[in-house]
Amino acid sequence: MTHFTTPPYVLGQASVQRVMLQVLLALLPGIAAYVWLVGACIVLQLAIATLAALAGEALMLRLRGRPLRLFLSDGSAIVTAWLIALTFPPLAPWWLIVVGALFAIVVAKQLYGGLGQNPFNPAMIAFAVCIVSFPALMSQWPVLGLKLSLGEQIEIIAGLAQRIDVMSGATPLDSLKTALKLGEGAVDVPTLLATQDVFGNFAGRGWEWVSGGYLLGGLWLWRRKVINWHAPLGFLAGLSLLAGTLWGWNPQQFANPLFHLFSGGAMLGAFFIVTDPVSGCTTPRGKLIFGFCAGVLAYIIRVFGGYPDGVAFAVLLMNLCVPLIDMYTQPPIFGMKDAQ
Amino acid sequence: MISREEIREIGNNGIWRQNSSLVQILGMCPLLAVTTNLVNGVMLSLATLIVMAMSNVAVALLRNLIPHEIRIPVFILVVAALVTIIDLLFNAHFHDLYLVLGIFIPLIVTNCIVLARVEAFANKNPPLQSALDGACMGIGMLWTLGLLGGLRELIGGGTLLAGIDMVFPALQPLQLLPADYPGLLLAILPPGAFILLGCLIAWKNWVEARAAARKSGRGHDGTPLAVGGSA
Repeated sequence: MTHFTTPPYVLGQASVQRVMLQVLLALLPGIAAYVWLVGACIVLQLAIATLAALAGEALMLRLRGRPLRLFLSDGSAIVTAWLIALTFPPLAPWWLIVVGALFAIVVAKQLYGGLGQNPFNPAMIAFAVCIVSFPALMSQWPVLGLKLSLGEQIEIIAGLAQRIDVMSGATPLDSLKTALKLGEGAVDVPTLLATQDVFGNFAGRGWEWVSGGYLLGGLWLWRRKVINWHAPLGFLAGLSLLAGTLWGWNPQQFANPLFHLFSGGAMLGAFFIVTDPVSGCTTPRGKLIFGFCAGVLAYIIRVFGGYPDGVAFAVLLMNLCVPLIDMYTQPPIFGMKDAQ
Repeated sequence: MISREEIREIGNNGIWRQNSSLVQILGMCPLLAVTTNLVNGVMLSLATLIVMAMSNVAVALLRNLIPHEIRIPVFILVVAALVTIIDLLFNAHFHDLYLVLGIFIPLIVTNCIVLARVEAFANKNPPLQSALDGACMGIGMLWTLGLLGGLRELIGGGTLLAGIDMVFPALQPLQLLPADYPGLLLAILPPGAFILLGCLIAWKNWVEARAAARKSGRGHDGTPLAVGGSA
């Protein structure tokens, strides 16, 4: 027997806390893959970032005379902190994560007026500030297959052990770019991808599964209706459209779209960063445009720019355009012919 | 000639209340480009201070002779002549520093604050007051740029007074933070100047809001915002 009900329906309560908690949950598959790939140091970095972000948030709330408990428990600072810990190199010294988290919370979030007021994505600001200020530390990623015990990892993060050059290498994206630059046309992408050890089945070895984890979490968020499909799809479409065009034109010099989708911060960016409800677009069409342009920019910066990955700068540049995009994509009021 | 009251008023205006960098937001171009360390900031401000005091005196003396319609070109000519003198003096006596500051010494001509004081003050006031006004505006710029340069240098590199040997060969820069301090490069880059300038403006507004609150004995709704400004 079917029950028919009529609106209005009672909707589940959608509080900031609830949304943030689901975002954190959705990050777990990616984090699990990351731990499997690099080691338990990720958990330590997540904890350091969380503590620093909460401390910064508490300090600024106090200075601004805002209720501590309400804003500390909404979980938004923890999401920012986790995104910072996941985008920074896993063996970065502890103070680098602290500087990033404090800058994100104190300058990029609270100085602009706190939750809901920040024009830029705080985690991406942290990444941009740190990669501009400490380019060497921010591009030291652990060489895969380097087995360090948790104790050794903690010593490196705490700055007690000497940072060994052997342990650090470039990300798959960076290796590809460097190899192409050094090869001067003598090497081609398919050979590189097939022969070099850092590359796996279709992207960076191991990293492809971390990206897969983020994809899984992102799809779950979409199913739960925490995020819309517009921004992630736009981002992935923008990235793969440009990657596909250039790959189709010259597959010797440009990696295939699949490589780009599963490398660097593409998946994390698509589902957890361009979907930020505060610094991203509000209108559905706007979200699509925002995501698409961010994807195109991310590809341009990561392939032709000097930095290892372009997601952070692409998102920040698009954050600047958000008011403009929102203004031109306002949906028409119900019953009206056109939006004015 | 000049009353004690006037001295206080002009001094307070230049150094604090109408501070060229923190309130009028003038001279942003040299502020961003030159304050990568304390010595550069102070020396450029010093050059600007001298130009401002002298151009104010010159214009105040000539103010009744300059036709109103062509006053701006005349002001610029006066300022440009004085800047050329300063430029040559720097080149002769602080040659290393001259190479570091480069184009920013000749560019003092186009610094809005110089023309602003000539037009707004020296054109209407006697020479003595004008000289004091130029000097106090310069002092206001000097402490702001010095503070900004010092902060950027300290956060960015952990040193203070880098390049002091270009001015006084006997002195050495101070290494305040440990030698292995990595240095927040952002502070040296232009965004660092913007962020720190914003913090300084906020600090000044906070100090004034507190003073106003104490004066009125009750709550306040903030101080007037800083207005205007360009290059």
